[in-house]
Amino acid sequence: MSGRLRLGLRTESIKSLLRLERFPHIWCPGCGIGTVVKCYAEAVLESGIPVEKHVVVSGIGCTSRAPGYIKLDGFHVIHGRAIPFAVGLKTVRQDLEVTIIAGDGDLLSIGGNHFIHAIRRNDDINVILVNNFIYGMTGGQYGPTTTIGSITTTSPYGFIEGSFNVVYLAAALGANFVARWTPLHTKELTSAILEMFKVDGFALIEVVSPCLIYGEMNNLPPLEVMKVFRDRAVIDHDADLSKTYIDLRDPKKPIVLGNFVRRSRPSYQVLARELIKRARGG
Amino acid sequence: MSERISLLTTERAEEWLLKPGVYFMQGNIASAEAALIAGCRFFAGYPITPSNEIAEHMARRLPQIGGYFIQFEDEIASINAIIGAAYGGVKSMTATSGPGFSLMQEGIGLAAMIEAPVVIVDVQRAGPSTGIPTLVGQGDVMQAKWGSHGDYEIVAYLPNSVQEMFDLTIEAFNTAWEYRVPVIVLADQSVGQMIERLKVPPLDEIKVVERNAPTVPPEEYLPFDSRYLIPPMAVAGEGYRFHVTALTHDDRGYPSTSHEVSTKLVTRLVRKIRENEKVIGRYEAIALDDAELVIVAYGITSRSALRAVREARREGLKVGLFRPITAWPFPYWGLREAVDRGARILVVEINMGQMVRVVREHYSNLVDIYFMPWAPGSVPRPHDILLKVKEVYGG
Repeated sequence: MSGRLRLGLRTESIKSLLRLERFPHIWCPGCGIGTVVKCYAEAVLESGIPVEKHVVVSGIGCTSRAPGYIKLDGFHVIHGRAIPFAVGLKTVRQDLEVTIIAGDGDLLSIGGNHFIHAIRRNDDINVILVNNFIYGMTGGQYGPTTTIGSITTTSPYGFIEGSFNVVYLAAALGANFVARWTPLHTKELTSAILEMFKVDGFALIEVVSPCLIYGEMNNLPPLEVMKVFRDRAVIDHDADLSKTYIDLRDPKKPIVLGNFVRRSRPSYQVLARELIKRARGG
Repeated sequence: MSERISLLTTERAEEWLLKPGVYFMQGNIASAEAALIAGCRFFAGYPITPSNEIAEHMARRLPQIGGYFIQFEDEIASINAIIGAAYGGVKSMTATSGPGFSLMQEGIGLAAMIEAPVVIVDVQRAGPSTGIPTLVGQGDVMQAKWGSHGDYEIVAYLPNSVQEMFDLTIEAFNTAWEYRVPVIVLADQSVGQMIERLKVPPLDEIKVVERNAPTVPPEEYLPFDSRYLIPPMAVAGEGYRFHVTALTHDDRGYPSTSHEVSTKLVTRLVRKIRENEKVIGRYEAIALDDAELVIVAYGITSRSALRAVREARREGLKVGLFRPITAWPFPYWGLREAVDRGARILVVEINMGQMVRVVREHYSNLVDIYFMPWAPGSVPRPHDILLKVKEVYGG
């Protein structure tokens, strides 16, 4: 790393939460994941919850490498299975604040079944879903959020499947907290993560994030990513989520951001504790 | 969340455990009760015949003991959830049968790789594929050992009675937590669903192994410390702030692509079981001392085989029974003496040839090894086995 690089004050404070001995990290310059890690680390430090009670879990992919650089109890498990691993851990250890940081392919494609059922059960876990609209680590294959029409390495004639609107899906399934931000909106993202820690039940933040290498396939050219996020972002906490589908190929369509859903459905873990009391006759 | 519950509500758990005494109980239920006594406080599973009684029983019993039962969306979630719970420091298990066991294989590989102690009860049914869900099979012997990709070792027990569904489930938990390895109770539909006598000893006579927790301060802790064959295991929330990955990892738990690191890790993962095979591996030998022919049979098949041995003896044929109680590690040493004496071997199992391959691996160059395949869907009768014994004798 260059000797001229100086970390900002806020960044300096999160060094205690990073495994600096593992740097340089694997992410490409300009990738949004590092910013997500920084926001998460800031939120952990500001949460008031002891750091040893924070646990970070992930599956497989670029985003899922995050726990490897975060100095917390961290579990980088197999592809698609971060949610069930986290649910098992959280259920038996409700003193822990369990957060998943993983990508769109991991959580919504191979892990899609766990995603919908964890929200149905309302498991008390936090999910930061970094959506870069593509499989980055494996080389630019289309994923469940790829924009229709995109040319990817596995859709050379254009992507003809539909794609998920993540926040609409999570809200429809009944998540207690649903938000969407980008790495350009770091203050909002950190605040949303802090709020997520306080939620009892399933909490989801979709982070709309660039893939510098394969972004162009989704009409997100590397040099224009931040400009796109700046120009097209519309913050609307009360947005009609059925109208928040992200169409990267249509420059007129806004990218709607906000903290969209706040519900207080009791979590599975709280209900399970009550069930234990009933079963024990007390 | 507002309330931070630090541990499970396990106070007065003993009051709810099965009392010592003699019971008339189903094998699957005996396995569930044994798990509770062994300290299991989390069960994750998905409905599948013929293992359902375990989940149903756990759903009713675990909350009474202060534990958690979750019926997950599938077997894949179930195996990964119990691995997560194990890394919370809580003993956990799942139960399934053939198709579900297949779905769990990647998770079993994960448990082996990150050395998570978990117990999987596989009540084998007739396969392949959906097969005959309600009827017996022994076709998962090889899958139990080789089902996930890569090189690793697991332990698998072969109960042949309700009593062993109980005893070996407890032993499975002990082995899992002692060696930090996934352990499989490789039951079958007959043993799982039969109802017979079960004797439950007093709790203080039952050995229960607990986690070997690290004693060093966090800055000295290495989660996969290769100075140990079985490294002490920290769990989440204790302040160790350790990293676990299913990637090939070094002693710190950090991913590595170095061949040296790979060699060190994979070698240790197999060594911890292979070097303890005679501690873990178990068998029962009946009438082997003078046997000219040794029947190798396990699970429900061993009970037919035992009857066949008795009938053969009555007819003057010197036949013995070798019953592996662990499929993996396979207790090959228990056959050594009989083989050295020149005894021939007949393997009987409810499949088209699985354990017989292991017996051949060890002894095919020393003695004649015969095989009696039996298609899944029924248990060979003693008479069927006796006919084969006579055929071997005649030939």
